[in-house]
Amino acid sequence: MDFMNVVVCVKQIPDGDQSTYKLDPTSHNLVRDGKLILDDSDSYGVEMGLQLAEQAGGGEVTLVSMAPNSETSGLRTALAMGAARAILVSDAALAGSDALSTAKVLAAAIKRAGPDLVITATESSDGYTGTIPVQIAELLGMPSVTFSKKVTVNGDKVTVERQTEEGYDEVEVPLPAVISVTAGVVEPRYPSFKGIMAAKGKPVEELKVADLGLDAASVGAAGAGQEITSVVPAEARKAGEIVVDEGDAYQQIINYLEQLKVI
Amino acid sequence: MTIKDDPAIRAGVEAAHESFGLSAEHAELRSVVERFARNEVAPVIGELYEAGEFPYEIVAQMGRMGLFGLPFPEAYGGMGGDYLAFCLVLEELARVDSSVAITLEASVGLGAMPIFRFGTEDQRQEWLPRLCRGELLGAFGLTEPGGGSDAGATRTTARLEGGEWVINGTKSFITNSGTDITGLVTVTAVTGRGSGGRPDISAIIVPTGTPGMTVSKKYSKVGWSSSDTRELSFDDCRVPAANLLGQEGRGYAQFLRTLDEGRIAIAAMSVGLAQGCIDESLRYVGQREAFGHKISEYQVLQFKIADMEARTHTARLAYRDAAERLLAGAPFKRQAAIAKLVASDVAMVNAREATQIFGGYGFMNDTAVGRFYRDAKILEIGEGTSEVQRMLIARDLGLPART
Repeated sequence: MDFMNVVVCVKQIPDGDQSTYKLDPTSHNLVRDGKLILDDSDSYGVEMGLQLAEQAGGGEVTLVSMAPNSETSGLRTALAMGAARAILVSDAALAGSDALSTAKVLAAAIKRAGPDLVITATESSDGYTGTIPVQIAELLGMPSVTFSKKVTVNGDKVTVERQTEEGYDEVEVPLPAVISVTAGVVEPRYPSFKGIMAAKGKPVEELKVADLGLDAASVGAAGAGQEITSVVPAEARKAGEIVVDEGDAYQQIINYLEQLKVI
Repeated sequence: MTIKDDPAIRAGVEAAHESFGLSAEHAELRSVVERFARNEVAPVIGELYEAGEFPYEIVAQMGRMGLFGLPFPEAYGGMGGDYLAFCLVLEELARVDSSVAITLEASVGLGAMPIFRFGTEDQRQEWLPRLCRGELLGAFGLTEPGGGSDAGATRTTARLEGGEWVINGTKSFITNSGTDITGLVTVTAVTGRGSGGRPDISAIIVPTGTPGMTVSKKYSKVGWSSSDTRELSFDDCRVPAANLLGQEGRGYAQFLRTLDEGRIAIAAMSVGLAQGCIDESLRYVGQREAFGHKISEYQVLQFKIADMEARTHTARLAYRDAAERLLAGAPFKRQAAIAKLVASDVAMVNAREATQIFGGYGFMNDTAVGRFYRDAKILEIGEGTSEVQRMLIARDLGLPART
């Protein structure tokens, strides 16, 4: 393939982490009114896309994102890394979308870009549903490979090392395909100032639900088939056990690991 | 968990505050380097610092990010940024570590900038692309054992002989002069005497490895332990006549602007260190308990930190004002001196206060505030002492020079 058209789905999430996130008291959805930034876990996909386009000897990365209030600051970060353009779907009708509605919107936007390969993160760092990659693939009628830790494109096929609990599977699928990549698949570059300046002039196409040919009733709160009934804090992590070495630390560690049945 | 407990979260909140008034691109650059410093520098610098090792891997990463080419045109491999962009980067680096920041400051401000500003096209083409990529580092040899601020007391000489400059003398405290990737040192030397016996000082590029130049072992410094600082001696060191940088006899005069700019850069680094002291203090007081309470609840510490913040904010405004003047082409000499004077003092006071807040831990070399304490003092000395800054301000106000 001498020109590779890669779409990378990126999410713009609230700055901070779960300790600073605010939930809407009635819908239990995350409040996204403040400044949004590029989800760190998406920077791996952007880097992967850029490297695959370079390796193909030519190509481009198009970003696809759905965000409230025409937010582009996270997109600018990914454009500064080297992505060529972005498609942003921003529409008040999308408020309250569940994962499947989001996937419908992203799939419709991705279709416009006509990609050879679609890359997503494994899951977002704010919502963590982790269902979007396979939902998009299903909606687009493309094969999908999740948890990719190594990605190689050969002609019209992509070969993936898919992370498993024991090791990895080697999976090959025909293009176009959807792959989700793990953090660490590649080392994301830090944008240079030249990249930051260039990002200013790169096109961001903003679309509404109607532009995608979707029915407003099928997305947003109106179309959500999923309802969050309550949110409770996770149990705090318990303190670890400290082994003080008085000559028998190795034995204590062995005992501990045996008890966990890992050795 | 409150915001104060986690510097990473707090930094995000702070980012909006520190980016006020910046263009979107400057703000983005600041935030990228903030992330870089936190993720790539902070985890490894303590160990390098303790061992007195130069941060080669960090320098290589900064090279790939284009930081060494930031204020230079793309034609020479630069990023086409401006001096404010450079200062923002220095502030964010120094917020985590000053050795890394000064390595960048010296290579860009003292190594590459004079070549860009005064070099011939050949000299620019020869040096700038590699300096901009961070593959080579540049150094500037001005200070001598017998004189730092008094550049007129330069004793190093250079005479033309058979189409070559023959250099003799010694240069002290030269940053970046002895790393594995040092490419050149520009040295100032007396090349003649003008009317009244005043020395004519010229600047000459000496490539690393030139016979006759001896690079001594690293100094044992109080701070900036991971930066490379050495004494250089020249014993009939010969370089081509074409290595003259700028006009003969104008070596000192033409670098006055470089020195003025450098003061803004050191002010930015000082603000970074002062901010780092606040970051660390906020994190610590949220964790540490004494007498049954988080020490963040004690007003005595709250007021210390409030004062640290007020001083840092003021110093930040001072250096950004000087940088804005520079960009606007307005006179900035006085404002640069004020920024450097004020910011280095703020860095020193904040380092002392942060160390006090940390108590015994602050006196340990493996805490960031321990490093800040050791790194702060030089800011009141390098690129013109605080006394020199006061002298410059007084002169600029029209007060007479001593006769």
